[in-house]
Amino acid sequence: MPIDVYLNVAVAGILTGLVYGLMALGLSVIFGVVRVVNFAHGEMMSIAMYLTVLLFSSLNLDPLVMLVPIAAVLFVFGYALQAGLINPFISRPEHSQFLLLVALALIIVNTLLIIFGPDARTVQTSYTFDSFQLGALIVDATKLYAGAAAIVVAALLFAFFRLAPLGKAIRACADNYTGALVVGLDVKRLYALTFGIGAACVGAAGVMMTLIVDVTPIIGPTYTLLAFVIVITGGLGSMAGALLGGLLIGVTEALAGLLFTPSAKSMFAFAILVLVLLFRPQGILGRRSI
Amino acid sequence: MVAKTPVHVLDYLTRLTASVFADIPPRAMILLVTLLALLLIAPWLINDYLLTVLIVVLYFAFTGQAWNIMMGFAGQLSLGHAIYAGLGGYIAAVLFARFGIAPWLGFLAVIPVAAVCGATIGFLAFRFRVAGVYFAILTIAFAEFARIGFDHLDFVNASAGLFLPVAQYAHNDLWRLRGNPTMFYYVILTAAALVFVLCRALLKSRPGYCWLAIREDEQAARAVGIDSFHYKMAAVMISAVITSFAGVFYAFFYNNLFPEQVFNISRSIEMILGPIIGGIGTLFGPILGAFVLTGLAEALNTALIALGFDLPGAKQVFYGICLLLVVVVLPDGVWPWLARLIGVDEARR
Amino acid sequence: MKALLSLQAVSKRFRGLVAVDAVSFDVAAGELFAVIGPNGAGKTTLFNIIAGAVAPDSGSISFAGEAIGGLPPDAICRRGIGRTFQIVRPFPALTVEDNVIVGALLHNRDVGKARACASEFLRRLDLFDQRNRIAATLTLPDRKRLEVARALATEPKLLLLDEVMAGLRPTESDRMVAILRTLNSDSGLTIVLIEHVMRAVMALASNVLVLDHGIAIAQGKPEAIVRDPAVVQSYLGAEPV
Repeated sequence: MPIDVYLNVAVAGILTGLVYGLMALGLSVIFGVVRVVNFAHGEMMSIAMYLTVLLFSSLNLDPLVMLVPIAAVLFVFGYALQAGLINPFISRPEHSQFLLLVALALIIVNTLLIIFGPDARTVQTSYTFDSFQLGALIVDATKLYAGAAAIVVAALLFAFFRLAPLGKAIRACADNYTGALVVGLDVKRLYALTFGIGAACVGAAGVMMTLIVDVTPIIGPTYTLLAFVIVITGGLGSMAGALLGGLLIGVTEALAGLLFTPSAKSMFAFAILVLVLLFRPQGILGRRSI
Repeated sequence: MVAKTPVHVLDYLTRLTASVFADIPPRAMILLVTLLALLLIAPWLINDYLLTVLIVVLYFAFTGQAWNIMMGFAGQLSLGHAIYAGLGGYIAAVLFARFGIAPWLGFLAVIPVAAVCGATIGFLAFRFRVAGVYFAILTIAFAEFARIGFDHLDFVNASAGLFLPVAQYAHNDLWRLRGNPTMFYYVILTAAALVFVLCRALLKSRPGYCWLAIREDEQAARAVGIDSFHYKMAAVMISAVITSFAGVFYAFFYNNLFPEQVFNISRSIEMILGPIIGGIGTLFGPILGAFVLTGLAEALNTALIALGFDLPGAKQVFYGICLLLVVVVLPDGVWPWLARLIGVDEARR
Repeated sequence: MKALLSLQAVSKRFRGLVAVDAVSFDVAAGELFAVIGPNGAGKTTLFNIIAGAVAPDSGSISFAGEAIGGLPPDAICRRGIGRTFQIVRPFPALTVEDNVIVGALLHNRDVGKARACASEFLRRLDLFDQRNRIAATLTLPDRKRLEVARALATEPKLLLLDEVMAGLRPTESDRMVAILRTLNSDSGLTIVLIEHVMRAVMALASNVLVLDHGIAIAQGKPEAIVRDPAVVQSYLGAEPV
């Protein structure tokens, strides 16, 4: 195959990978701070995706316009979830929290199935079939916009955690729970905020994802697993790692889809997961050892 | 055990059986015997639909107990158990459909495969210290890998599904597992009962104590000389092999296999619902969980249909809600609470 | 006489911190050996190394003539070294009896025999009456005795006790001292203990090793150690013991 094809597929993979990265960033933030393994991550994303589809089909609003409102809705959802359901669970054994979220994921996926049915929905905007050309490179407009939006949101997030006092307070909680308590931080509220932020991330990623893929109720679990692969590969507790992992997985998936059967591309993500868990469990950029 | 003569073997088995049922409190024993009696005569009491429901209940009681060996005894959370059932089903089905090999012989071929699969996952996890939630994710990854893999495997008809030849038999063929639901009912009932006895025997045996110790505190267990790697591997492999039999049963009962369904994470989750809701680590938990969960789910389904709703996914939502409630309100499961209530406490050691 | 346990220049560092620095000592069979020193001196790390929970960076450890450095904890237990933990770790959901049975199963394949064996140790440690209680419901002194009983059930030749007196009132501490003395004199069990409670050390030990910042600063009979200026400086203080 000519090199152009590889290049195009790789670039498409990078752009999709940026959206994956944003999704994984949400998970990384949640896990890094609250230490909750959010097994309902992909399902939360599918909520955002269905909201996008719904608003698009009824109000004809472009997904990119709906980015902020839908992210806000997911923020509230995440905040409420942490404050109401998960906070009381902090002292329970690890697998209890995990199962709680497994239950939630199960409920979300099937409720979406009941409400929307199993058929795929898509969002077709004015630019769905547009593409930009840069020499030999042909880039889908949808992917380009999605990737660009992902970069913007990620940058905002980085800035928030580095510069904003609230962001620093959250990082303090992550580093040292007891220390944060001692210093007088309202850790529970900060946890809820963090979960909200993580949910908003995944919500934003979901909105962008509707530009790229079809929406069905059962994609939730697939994205949950993908988010885990990315976060573990990139490194737990590392935001840059989540993005890096996203890019890596995005490109690998795209190229694997090209070289082998497209539908088997997730197998490679899992192979990578197994390898990472075995040989470098802290991930590429991870600081903590598991 | 050094079995010198058949008499010795018989004596050993008798003592084993006696000890297995030795210190079940009398009330629990009565419950158990009543339940068994009812289950034995059930086919004469209920219609075919309810019989099928009971088969599903017993299927989950069976798989629940198998999963419980890994989680409740050895403390390893597996969310990919569907892989063992899937492998069992596919191997036995292919051997039957293509080579006419009876399922019981097919199971003999399944055993090493399931054991090796379990050993692989166990080895990768335990040697490389993948534990807790990460272990769960690893198991999910393996199951997904199998799902996608089989979906593309033409030898088993890939995503189009594998179908078993269903001929009209004048009588039940136990050897080939072809026949009416009643036959299947007794097969799964026997299987579930045998697993129950096995679990009980295991719990009171030397490995059982070692597993409980590992579950409670692995480092402390090692400090008293328990080779935890060895025992964890054993738990995983035993659990895998038992679950694979469920897969064989599934294949021959439903007569069709689709990778998308058989290896799906939903199957894995369904397998764990019983034990979690019933009570991990307890003996009656998985059984109670299976009865309660499947029973209520079917009741819900019937009610919904009666009201005119056809909601695919309603059952799963119900499962999710049950799981949520149990995890939040009764984290040890329903059985310990119920047992205290009716005074049949197991000394849950 | 050849030592039962022998450490030669054993060292361990964790990242930047040297926890144990070229420590050497011998423990003779049947001896009651104490390891003392300020907090953070490396005593528990030393125990963890001997018991196999942590591998030494350098140096050698031999037990009954066999090199055991780097072996896993269960292998070391099988060779005859039992241990307790600084923070008590019984099996919480199991009964007292079952806790000890787990230990007894090391040398008794049959559960029935293990139970009989366990009963004996429960009686010795005054826990027989509580054998059906769940371990998590026990008081701290009882949990400590449970851990000792469980370790004893593995029939060790050498027992490592990590601050087994901590948190005990003087009467309970005396009781434990009496039990340990009896075990030592009756069955020749070699005991190595980490202790802060000097009263127990003076009462029990025939040989004392003093660690400070990972280094062995003194070794000898308790009476001599107590008067050693380096030891007084770093750990004991000027008050008479």
